[in-house]
Amino acid sequence: MDNATAQNPSYVREEMLAQAEPPLGQKGAIKWLRDNLFSSVLNSILTIVSIWFVYYILSHIAPWFLNSIWDAGSLTECREIRDATMPAGTSAACFAVISDRWEQLLFGFYPRSEYWRPVLALVLMVVGIMPVLFQSIDRKWLVASASLPFVLFFLLWGGSVWLPIAIAMGFVLGYAVNKFGTPMLGSIGGALATVIVPLLYWIYVAGPLSGAIHSVLPIGLEFIQSKDFGGFMLSIVIGVAGIVLSLPLGIVLALGRQSDMFIVNKLSTAFIEVIRGVPLIVWLFTASLLLNYFLPPGTNFDLMLRVIIMVTLFSAAYIAEVVRGGLAALPSGQYEGANSLGLDYWQSMRLIILPQALKISIPGIVNTFIGLFKDTTLVVFIGLLDPIGLTNSIRSSTDWNGIYWELYVFIGLMFFIFCFSMGRYSLYLERKLQREHR
Amino acid sequence: MSVIEAPKESFRLSQLIYDTRYRSMTIQVITLALICVGIYWLVDNLLANLDNLGLEPDFGFLSSRAGYDIGQTLIEYDNSMSHGRAALVGIANTLLVAVMGCVTATIIGVLAGVLRLSKNWVISRLMAFYVEGIRNVPLLLWIVLVYAVMSEGMPQPKDFREGGDAVMFFSDSVAITNRGIYIPGPIWGENSGILIAVFIASIIGAFAYRRYAKKLLFDTGRLLPMVWPAIAMAFVPVIVAQFVLGQPVTLSYPELGGFNFKGGIQISNPLVALWIALSLYTGAFIAEIVRAGIMAVSNGQSEAAFALGMQPNRTMSLVVLPQAMRVIIPPLISQFLNLTKNSSLAIAVGYPDVRATLGGITLNQTGRALECMLLLGLFYLALSLIISFVMNLYNNSMKLKER
Amino acid sequence: MTLTAPRGKKRLPSNNGAETQEEVKMKKTVFLGALTVAGFAASVASASTLDDVKARGHLNCGVTTGLVGFAAPDANGVWEGFDVAICRAVAAAVFGSGDAVEFVPTTGETRFTALASGEIDMLARNTTWTMSRDTDLKFDFTGVNYYDGQGFMVPKALGVASAKDLDGATICIQTGTTTELNLADYFRSNNIAYQPVPIQTNAEAQQQYLAGACDVYTTDASGLAATRATFEAPADHVLLPEIISKEPLGPLVRHGDNEWGDIVMWTQNALIAAEEMGITSTNIAELSAAPTNNPEINRILGTEGELGAMIGLSADWAKNAIAASGNYGEIFEKNIGENTPIGLARGLNAQWTNGGLQYSAPFR
Repeated sequence: MDNATAQNPSYVREEMLAQAEPPLGQKGAIKWLRDNLFSSVLNSILTIVSIWFVYYILSHIAPWFLNSIWDAGSLTECREIRDATMPAGTSAACFAVISDRWEQLLFGFYPRSEYWRPVLALVLMVVGIMPVLFQSIDRKWLVASASLPFVLFFLLWGGSVWLPIAIAMGFVLGYAVNKFGTPMLGSIGGALATVIVPLLYWIYVAGPLSGAIHSVLPIGLEFIQSKDFGGFMLSIVIGVAGIVLSLPLGIVLALGRQSDMFIVNKLSTAFIEVIRGVPLIVWLFTASLLLNYFLPPGTNFDLMLRVIIMVTLFSAAYIAEVVRGGLAALPSGQYEGANSLGLDYWQSMRLIILPQALKISIPGIVNTFIGLFKDTTLVVFIGLLDPIGLTNSIRSSTDWNGIYWELYVFIGLMFFIFCFSMGRYSLYLERKLQREHR
Repeated sequence: MSVIEAPKESFRLSQLIYDTRYRSMTIQVITLALICVGIYWLVDNLLANLDNLGLEPDFGFLSSRAGYDIGQTLIEYDNSMSHGRAALVGIANTLLVAVMGCVTATIIGVLAGVLRLSKNWVISRLMAFYVEGIRNVPLLLWIVLVYAVMSEGMPQPKDFREGGDAVMFFSDSVAITNRGIYIPGPIWGENSGILIAVFIASIIGAFAYRRYAKKLLFDTGRLLPMVWPAIAMAFVPVIVAQFVLGQPVTLSYPELGGFNFKGGIQISNPLVALWIALSLYTGAFIAEIVRAGIMAVSNGQSEAAFALGMQPNRTMSLVVLPQAMRVIIPPLISQFLNLTKNSSLAIAVGYPDVRATLGGITLNQTGRALECMLLLGLFYLALSLIISFVMNLYNNSMKLKER
Repeated sequence: MTLTAPRGKKRLPSNNGAETQEEVKMKKTVFLGALTVAGFAASVASASTLDDVKARGHLNCGVTTGLVGFAAPDANGVWEGFDVAICRAVAAAVFGSGDAVEFVPTTGETRFTALASGEIDMLARNTTWTMSRDTDLKFDFTGVNYYDGQGFMVPKALGVASAKDLDGATICIQTGTTTELNLADYFRSNNIAYQPVPIQTNAEAQQQYLAGACDVYTTDASGLAATRATFEAPADHVLLPEIISKEPLGPLVRHGDNEWGDIVMWTQNALIAAEEMGITSTNIAELSAAPTNNPEINRILGTEGELGAMIGLSADWAKNAIAASGNYGEIFEKNIGENTPIGLARGLNAQWTNGGLQYSAPFR
């Protein structure tokens, strides 16, 4: 055998072949289609049916959307424009109603010149909630977050700046009494004083005090009545107020439901189950029709305030369940560790348990908020002008009487944008918390 | 060092606060007292207010004549009957739509949840779109939209007349109109009682067979065919009996007469719209629950089942689903509760549920807001408690039994 | 079943009662001190609604959440309509300005409680005057500002000429009114069957009717006319000749405060009398500048006599009320009359001199 040939046989390649193209059916779009859409007979059928379904829906809606008219003063004008510019029988949306009334759908009857206030309030709220959600931000900012409710209240309703300050001072007072009173009065006495002193302050001092300061130093914004609130602003205000105000009560209820004390436990459970067992719409009717009857004769709250009170009680029950989930998710070692350090109940809750449990509960709380925000549409049944309530008012002006789909499409879209982005945010938080937890 | 004396048995008041043995009792008693005072305050205010207005809580209106008609009556009702009766009609309607909704929402939810995990891109996108789209828009809007789409999209009864473009299905026995779906209804003739008895007996028989087959499978490993024999056992005797007894049950078919179809059973449009909307809405939430439940079962479980040589559908039904169920059921219960409570939005589409009769027209006519709301609240509360009680029983039976 | 108050007897409106009420009011003022500043809570239900209204500085008037021609907010949030004009007239009678009024939207379910609990001072929400509302619910109707009746609208293509031909029809009803009862009574007495579809809002009912999901739409005749006016092809729909009920719509106040009831009643009468006397918003300034030859006009406008003082208002109360949005005829023509898209004829609501029912008691 020739040595050279043996060492270098002609059938041995010296360089690699270029990679062959995969068979036509195994690459690119076709492979993707085969793998993803037509992998089996059933899948193919499903794919075709779904594509037909999507096409069917779109073919019915698309022309209506594409032909939409944005600039007209009334429905009649819309119809005139449509008949003049499009072939007979064309369907065309009349979104002119949105261009005419979008401010009302967003802000209700809030004065135009003051629109900056709710917008600023929304921005402040989004920024102000950051320190609660993100551990990386300096804890000092939590104080700013805690003062947020008062700032938002002042921005939205206006009036004298001293009223929210006077009310906020009650909390400072309570803190001070707790800090300095406890050494003097003992823990029980201190706790009692912490509750009673601010209460007395709010009942007897806060109002006159703010009035007095205001007469000397009148600083404030134009007072806006809550009946001027409407549209999405109303939904957001009720939703946010409901969630924020219900947090303390919800936490107390969750602790109560976990407690070993028989009466406390049963009372909390009963409250939670009763609230959750009855639809929100019945509670709203209660707020609108009956709440006044349960207050001292001659008291009459603003309807919106009554709704906020009721929604707060309502969401407290749901928050309590979310927080209970958070408490249950903590390993029992945390409880035992706290006990072995000699912390008493409130100390261990405040320092060890609640910070962790609440952190786990944040996504659940956001989800509760989304649910509550959507449910605020039910206030239409008691005559508050939320977006859906406003559709009725808008339709009852002679200009827009008879318009139907356009308003609902707009409102649905707005709700979708709000809720979807919040839902994504909650998912993001959930993942982030899971990572941190590991 | 002095000897530690035995603690004195005497009881000092301060022990109530400082002694942990008594402290929790003190706290509870104080809480209870505060709550009682609070409730007393509320009730006292209520009575004082009603007194001032000259109103007295009085449920007498329930027995007075209602005077209005209800579109869908499952129990006998006409406008000369009482408000109480009208409330019962509403309760029956609420229960009907809640049960129907729970069943279909579960079916839709399971399908959508499984399909969202499908490898088929179009399907999984479509399901994601469905779930996200539905979940993020208020239910009230969906109910109204479904109702409006149905009334616009379906044919009117007059389209079924000669020259109209709508047709009935299943050889003229089912008509789908924008006022409702008309299906044939049974007419119970003589001896139909026997037929019902036969049917019940054969259902029991079918279940007994299923149970026997299962036992055989677990005891001996012998596999009996289960589905077809069970179906045959359930239906064949009834069909035979129907003919042997000379057709005691006949069907009445819907026919177009006057303004509407007559005869048969009408499933009214408000019911269908509410049903579809509730099912789609709750289904979207259930889909997410099911998806989470299936994803919570680790891959190793199904891989192990395959390694044991189990078929895929058996793996699903015997290994994966039972484990997923433990994750799925508790949130599923609260979805059922939500659906039931959400059915109170029926008023938006004119479905006469209890909120529309007792909490709507009756309240309006009599002005008895306090009483109507109290009854309404109690009804929903009782319903919720019953549902969660029953479902919790089921949940407990499904729970992982640790021995 | 009856829940009775433990105290048993009703509290009598004695001196003693008034005192306790004052006390209660005082206490509440302190209790809610903080909140009152923000205007969230106000004490009401004291002895006199007029005093409350005056102290508050504006009138709280209950209206619908929106009914074409009767009450609706415009793009700027200003409420307009036939019922709204009555509220403005009362506000003007009390305060001299038709803008001193807050409109509180109410639904069919919430309207009566809102009035009873003092949340609103008067309700002008196309509410039918019935005996049980006047007595059992403890309200007082102060008159009728619109005589309405329940009617039927059907598509012309249906070929129906009378409501008696509607046997077996599907009927869309707008709920929250006496509509359901009238319908049930009418069909029962004529012994014909129907299928009710009660729907809460006009928008949905209208949509259902136009989609053919109902054969008939029934509500007050004024509402039917307003609805039909907005259709793409109004001529394809007809109103049936039968009006099956009497629906005297009017404002109402709480029972027991007759001074306040008088103010609302006589404001309304002033608007009607003004039309009869020819007092309009254009000539009112001229007529009220100096006494005219017509003594009744003088008495209404306060240039003669002491009528204003008799109801605790200023002498020019009626002048302000009429100036706010015109006399009854002007209000009618502006909001629902034949020159508006709604296009209602005066019919029963014409002055009695023109064969209608609007008839004011004399100002004397």
